[in-house]
Amino acid sequence: MSYSHIVIGAGHNGLTCAAYLAKSGAKVLVLEARSQPGGAAATEEIAPGYRVSSCAHLLYQLHPRIMLDLALDRHGLEFSAKNITTTVLAGDGAALTMLDGKATGNISEKDAQNWPIFWARMKKIARHLQPMLLMSPPRLAGRDLSQNLDLLKLGWSIRSLGREDMREFLRIAAMNVYDLAADYFDSPLIKVRISADAVLGTTLGPRSPGSVLSLLYKLTGALNGVQGAMALPKGGMGAVSGALLRAGAVRGVDLRLGQRVRRIIVADGKASGVETDTGEIIEAANVISNADIAKTMVSMVGAQHIDAGFQRDVSKIRSKGATAKLNLALSALPNFTGADAQALAGRLLLTESIEQIELAFNPAKYGQWSKHPLLEVVIPSVTDPALAPAGHHVLSAIVQYAPYQVESGWASQREPFQRDVMAHLEHFAPGIGASVVGTDLKTPADLEAQFGLPGGHWHHGELAIDQLLMLRPVAGAARYATPVENLFLCGAGCHPGGGVMGAAGYNAARAVLAKRQAA
Amino acid sequence: MNYSMKIKPDTVRVGLKPTPFIDRLRPLNKFESLAYWQGYWSPADFGNPEREYFAIRNTTSVFDLSPMTKYRIKGPQAEAFLQRLMTRNIAKLKPGRVAYTVWCNDEGKVIDDGTLFRLGPQEFRLCCQEHQLFWLLTSAAGFDVSIHDETDEVCGLSLQGPTSYSVLRALGLAAVETLKPFELRDFSFGPGSIMVSRTGFTGDLGYELWCAPGQALPLWDALQSAGRDFGGVEPIGSTALDMARIEAGFIGAHLDFMPADQAVRAGRAASPFELNLEWLVDFNKGHFTGRAALLAEQKAGSKRCLVAVDIEGNKPANHALIYHRKKTEVGHISSGIWSPTAKRNIGLAMLQMPYGKSITSDLWAEIYVMRELKWEKRMAKCTIVKAPFFEPARRRATPPGAY
Ligand SMILES: Cc1cc2nc3c(=O)[nH]c(=O)nc-3n(C[C@H](O)[C@H](O)[C@H](O)COP(=O)(O)OP(=O)(O)OC[C@H]3O[C@@H](n4cnc5c(N)ncnc54)[C@H](O)[C@@H]3O)c2cc1C
Repeated sequence: MSYSHIVIGAGHNGLTCAAYLAKSGAKVLVLEARSQPGGAAATEEIAPGYRVSSCAHLLYQLHPRIMLDLALDRHGLEFSAKNITTTVLAGDGAALTMLDGKATGNISEKDAQNWPIFWARMKKIARHLQPMLLMSPPRLAGRDLSQNLDLLKLGWSIRSLGREDMREFLRIAAMNVYDLAADYFDSPLIKVRISADAVLGTTLGPRSPGSVLSLLYKLTGALNGVQGAMALPKGGMGAVSGALLRAGAVRGVDLRLGQRVRRIIVADGKASGVETDTGEIIEAANVISNADIAKTMVSMVGAQHIDAGFQRDVSKIRSKGATAKLNLALSALPNFTGADAQALAGRLLLTESIEQIELAFNPAKYGQWSKHPLLEVVIPSVTDPALAPAGHHVLSAIVQYAPYQVESGWASQREPFQRDVMAHLEHFAPGIGASVVGTDLKTPADLEAQFGLPGGHWHHGELAIDQLLMLRPVAGAARYATPVENLFLCGAGCHPGGGVMGAAGYNAARAVLAKRQAA
Repeated sequence: MNYSMKIKPDTVRVGLKPTPFIDRLRPLNKFESLAYWQGYWSPADFGNPEREYFAIRNTTSVFDLSPMTKYRIKGPQAEAFLQRLMTRNIAKLKPGRVAYTVWCNDEGKVIDDGTLFRLGPQEFRLCCQEHQLFWLLTSAAGFDVSIHDETDEVCGLSLQGPTSYSVLRALGLAAVETLKPFELRDFSFGPGSIMVSRTGFTGDLGYELWCAPGQALPLWDALQSAGRDFGGVEPIGSTALDMARIEAGFIGAHLDFMPADQAVRAGRAASPFELNLEWLVDFNKGHFTGRAALLAEQKAGSKRCLVAVDIEGNKPANHALIYHRKKTEVGHISSGIWSPTAKRNIGLAMLQMPYGKSITSDLWAEIYVMRELKWEKRMAKCTIVKAPFFEPARRRATPPGAY
């Protein structure tokens, strides 16, 4: 079998890229190191009969264009819940539940009235940034026609925000979310909501500059036509990858699991294929990597084939994650203080204040995990009972902040970390520990080892102003093509970034195909 | 974490750094005429640069090379590392040989030039003008190679001039006559040995002698005695050396090119093509930093070119602007002198293309001369010629003539 394109990595972006390439007639082979496709968008069994999303657990960014083009619904993507509530729990019984512009619970009357206005405004700004998602970042010099059109579209879109909102966008774009929240609100739990969306998955605290951009980035997502909606894919996040896989397979994409690419074959500045861990050499006119750029260019291509300055830039990308994942198999539905049945079917944010989130960030800066991390919890088995044995449950929690590197190393620190996280969880859900029948905790080091995420980072590289757009992943590779001819990138480390969105994979496919047309 | 740093008073150096030869050179440097060279004590002249220059061309000159930045590069991947760093094909450089080479940044602009000594299959010494540790270490990531700054561990003397071979023979270096240009070899000297390479910056017959600092003064003294029968071994400073290097057509950092890593303004750094060094660029050897940019430049054409010019008259044209038809400014002279040996007014000039390549006539240097406190402007006609301006056969002859 001969292939025109090899995609290294079957993360959801690699699968998206492969499906689009195949859609325009390419013969695509996807090589995945793991025994399972999906990368960080996967579902796994953590105890016999208990299945839960390995990493990503909430879907809110999957691009509608991709859903439609690849007919993911026809390929089996279903939702067990389409637009879930977010409930902030302080632990002492105080709770605030939000669904879109509605906020009920512990919130002042003023803030409750202000919330829909604020949220609509943020959504509007984010909406006007949407065109950016499916365009290649502008070249720093010398643009082509299609790029000018893209820029025009984006420029038009931002202009059409109107004077007042545009001014607000310019004011808040580089701001921190702590100040933004304080600008609009007094009630502690609403501030938690706003800042949690900004910091989850990043190595930023609420007071880190640029955290507002991260919030807007998340809000660019619109699922099933509802902007800002969060959904639970039926069967866990692996269902998204599964649908992408089938969308590719029907167009002839071949997938080989358990095949780690060891080397990208480069001669005379051009890539011509790959070598797998077993020594097998597979040739193809184009190679597209779903792995991060450092791994792709330094480990797989090799220093001798790239410029030294480029290598330095690539190696300096800030990609040390601060996010861990805790998955639990439970014999009973936990009892979260202050949460009603509806809240348990949705998303829970566990912390009492925005200040506490910033405090939780502090130890992570100095090689320690927070004993009081921000937790984002879902219990998907509430709406998707098939994930666990009857009457039992699975709980999925994102633990924000645990640094990639801890003093004395994760190997020895994982147990005490797990104890701390469980104790913290117990504070919000008394008795939960007694119902645990299986635990799977992934530190950032584990996320790197198991999923290849550099530094365990959710976005393959910090989502910060200096690592966005034409600087993402680095200048000189921001338009999916790398300095090595015929070698492209398609992962979360590229524009626009991570999250289960597929935009990077889509844009990469477009860049690969544009090259073919230009040739 | 402890960020405090203690500086011991005796580790803080004040003033210029001495070289191992300073005790001999300082008494001769009557006017305390120094030139800046990476913070070392380095003479600009010893009172009479013309006389020093003529020693280069007529007898033997000696120049203290110790401030030269030197890096020892070794390890199993030393060659692979240098292949990626340098524009030249280092695989072709055999142990015992020296190569002149440049290295570029990603944009294909020259960071510095230097001489690379291959001491063994896995061992090299790089000699250059600018400090390069940052770039070398940056480039070393991913290679099994070690890089060590040995500037202060190795001192050097450049012995240049027609009688330099005779002096070395008198010094007792066995079979030194078989040393070919760009060859290096160890010779026993005193209780130890010195390394001699047939290299230099003058375009003349000459050698560079490298040794441990402990041997510096014995070597100096021995050279002075060895030279007695050959018109002496004249200490020279950088002014005389600079004249010789311009005659030889060699370029200098901060003179004829701006090191790319130090250039702040856009467009100031120069590529090897622009410096007329395409012979140093090997696109067939595999990848090297700047390769893609240089290929693109080759395809699109360079913006500038360095040419050798012969300037009418005898007024040195250093830094003069160059005009086409006396009207359009098209470049400048980056190095210019009256050449005492060629008896011509010479210069290296950086011209905006197409001047220098397809338009080569009607070029004029705007020279200002001060005459009794009054500036006078001369427009002197420039003719593009081939460098070097002076290239004696003795430079290459092996065995060299016993002048
Ligand atoms: C704990 C956690 C929670 C998250 N939660 C959410 C969430 O709730 N919602 C959301 O939208 N996003 C979430 N994210 C982010 C999201 O999961 C990622 O940004 C996204 O999945 C990245 O997709 P990708 O396809 O770009 O890369 P990846 O998923 O990282 O895929 C890359 C693939 O390449 C493979 N690979 C790497 N090197 C090689 C090689 N040499 N040979 C072969 N294969 C190779 C890897 O094994 C991997 O399968 C979360 C991330 C983490 C870590």
